Amino acid sequence: MGGTQFFKWPLTPAVGANAIPRQGIESLLSMSLSNVQPQPLPTAADDDSDDIILIEPAHGWVSLGLRELWQYRELLYFLTWRDIKVRYKQTLLGASWAILQPVFTMIVMSIFFGRLAKMPSDGMPYPIFNYTALLPWTFFAGGLTRAAGSVVGSSGLIKKVYFPRLVVPISGVLAGIPDFLLSFLVLFGMMIYYDIYPTAASIIWLPLFLLLAGVTALGVGLWFAALNAEYRDIRYLITFITQFWMYATPVVYPASLLNDPWKTLYGLNPMVGVVEGFRWTLLGKGSSPGPMVAVSAVVAVLLLIGGAYYFRRMEKTFADVV
Amino acid sequence: MNENLAIQIAGLGKQYRIGALQARERTLAETLSDSLARPWQIARSLLRRENPAHAGKQTFWALRDVTFDVERGEVVGIIGRNGAGKSTLLKILTRITNPTEGTIRLRGRVGSLLEVGTGFHPELTGRENTYLNGAILGMRREEVDRKFDEIVAFSGVEKFIDTPVKHYSSGMYLRLAFAVAAHLEPDILLVDEVLAVGDAEFQKKCLGKMGEVAGEGRTVLFVSHNMGAVEHLCTRAMLLEEGRVALDDTDVPKVITQYLHRAGTPDQDEANLAYRVNREVLAAQNRADIRITGVSLHTVDGEPLRLLRTNDPFVVRIAYEADPAIAVPAFVVRFRSMFGQEIFRLGTMPISGFDIPRLGPRGCVELTIESLPVTGGEYYIDVRLVAQRVERLVWLEDVVAVDVTEKDVYGSGMALKNNRGLIVVQHHWAHRVAEHAG
Repeated sequence: MGGTQFFKWPLTPAVGANAIPRQGIESLLSMSLSNVQPQPLPTAADDDSDDIILIEPAHGWVSLGLRELWQYRELLYFLTWRDIKVRYKQTLLGASWAILQPVFTMIVMSIFFGRLAKMPSDGMPYPIFNYTALLPWTFFAGGLTRAAGSVVGSSGLIKKVYFPRLVVPISGVLAGIPDFLLSFLVLFGMMIYYDIYPTAASIIWLPLFLLLAGVTALGVGLWFAALNAEYRDIRYLITFITQFWMYATPVVYPASLLNDPWKTLYGLNPMVGVVEGFRWTLLGKGSSPGPMVAVSAVVAVLLLIGGAYYFRRMEKTFADVV
Repeated sequence: MNENLAIQIAGLGKQYRIGALQARERTLAETLSDSLARPWQIARSLLRRENPAHAGKQTFWALRDVTFDVERGEVVGIIGRNGAGKSTLLKILTRITNPTEGTIRLRGRVGSLLEVGTGFHPELTGRENTYLNGAILGMRREEVDRKFDEIVAFSGVEKFIDTPVKHYSSGMYLRLAFAVAAHLEPDILLVDEVLAVGDAEFQKKCLGKMGEVAGEGRTVLFVSHNMGAVEHLCTRAMLLEEGRVALDDTDVPKVITQYLHRAGTPDQDEANLAYRVNREVLAAQNRADIRITGVSLHTVDGEPLRLLRTNDPFVVRIAYEADPAIAVPAFVVRFRSMFGQEIFRLGTMPISGFDIPRLGPRGCVELTIESLPVTGGEYYIDVRLVAQRVERLVWLEDVVAVDVTEKDVYGSGMALKNNRGLIVVQHHWAHRVAEHAG
């Protein structure tokens, strides 16, 4: 077995020969997984099927192990659910923090940037202009921070149980979704107040922009999570980076301050595409940010793929360093 | 892989950097400053997760050239000193960390009792933690659904299952955690020193569960310092020394004896012995006509005593120098507990009725104790020379301290120490239910 994978599943002929027909195509995916880990298919575990786990050294770059990740989706669900449940458990205001945080940020920014600094806002009322950007920004910054701290924060788990380590940063990002949905309710109120409504044609794109924010948060978060396991000062860097990044993103000012081609290049910061996308879909103002979003999407996907491979490469020693 | 094998390990090795084990938290700044002169290496090391500060530094093998097979249904005890590689082996088997070289093949579902309570969150209720912990251990939700009532019944926390576990006593917490782990139904069960945690009842439960698992024909790997439990439960024992398999045999007591023989600090010969002689006491003798020159303990074969367990035989050797004209005194040996209680006293005369007609200018008296019926712990030996039944010629109080290693004397899995009484007795129990008269 001279391969380079940490674990290699597709092993014995017996797996291919008798197990697959019995279980049908649906469990084909889970087949290799049941080799891998302790989730037995009830039928497969009780008989003598050769579900053999191979453990061998990993050298260099390893595959992402996406099938195994899929097998562990329940763990992903439970960890995300735990994060959410625990976050507001012993707090005075509970989940209203999810609303209070962006709302107060919006109020402060509206006063300083909107009122005092007279920041342009593409002709829209500054509060709604700002809040529309704060929604994905808060989701992104929270997801990035949780993902980056996730490996160190889960050291208890990582040192004691085997599971695909990617589950941990992913659940960090996913755990921000309920907060996002709650704070979105405020936007509905503001839309009614300011009488600004999205068009049906544009709002269908919204989930895609949210996805883009999630991909960016995870992509960057994976790099930092792996680095943070080794170098603990990364966590201080994260705080600094998210602050800096917000001002590099058109949250308090409009991207229209720039002209093409600079505006499209600005999309190299994937959060620019996200924020402009949100404003475009929700407020129906501004030009379609097409090229800029395309640039952002490409950068975000590259960050994610690179981050995932880097994370996988580093994860084999997590248990030794966290 | 042979049908009957549960575990097949070939040439397994795990290398650690010495620095990586000690300086756990490193800062990026250190790495950066160490690497300014080598800009290329830092990029490389960030990718490879090698800390340039440790490049070229010493590495060591926590495990090396480990090769063995375990058949299905075997219960293998893995013993060895701290740092011998036992836990590293289990960590690799559970895939928490991965090996530097070699391969392992495992057949079936692997569960471990390393992970009792892993992922339990104090704010969540018992029910929520059961599901969460189940998912962490690799159980599917349907599986937890199916076993839920059983798990709760086993844990005995039914009433509090919807209470956050932060309100649980530590005993309840452990019981619930163990209940979840115990219901994983693995084909291969890995156990690491869990028995060290929890109260006696919990330890018993763990042992019972392990026995049950083993009885069902599943494979168990059991890492422990509890020699009694290893002797009681295991069908095979393996001694790890400095990351290598030093001994692997189905004669479990033999492996344990070997381990206990080698236990101790190898570079100090004296520290290797099961006893220590108090030289100050020995030196403080002031008689010109007779003097004890040494007291030592030996095996019945005459070897220095490196291990003394409950019910083992051993020899007390008392060497003397004397004026041959002296009236022969009685040699008396007292055996005392660490609290000073006298447990037994043996003397050539009159207690044992052993007559020494004449002393030489030099000689020794040997007392063979055929079985030492005391529980594990530290004991002291006094040696006295008494003339005419009353006159104390030499009085060496606590001249020897001896460590008795606890043993599972009664075959119950419990190795008895002197906190459970000082002596062991042959016994058996019976129980009869009284017939109701009338």
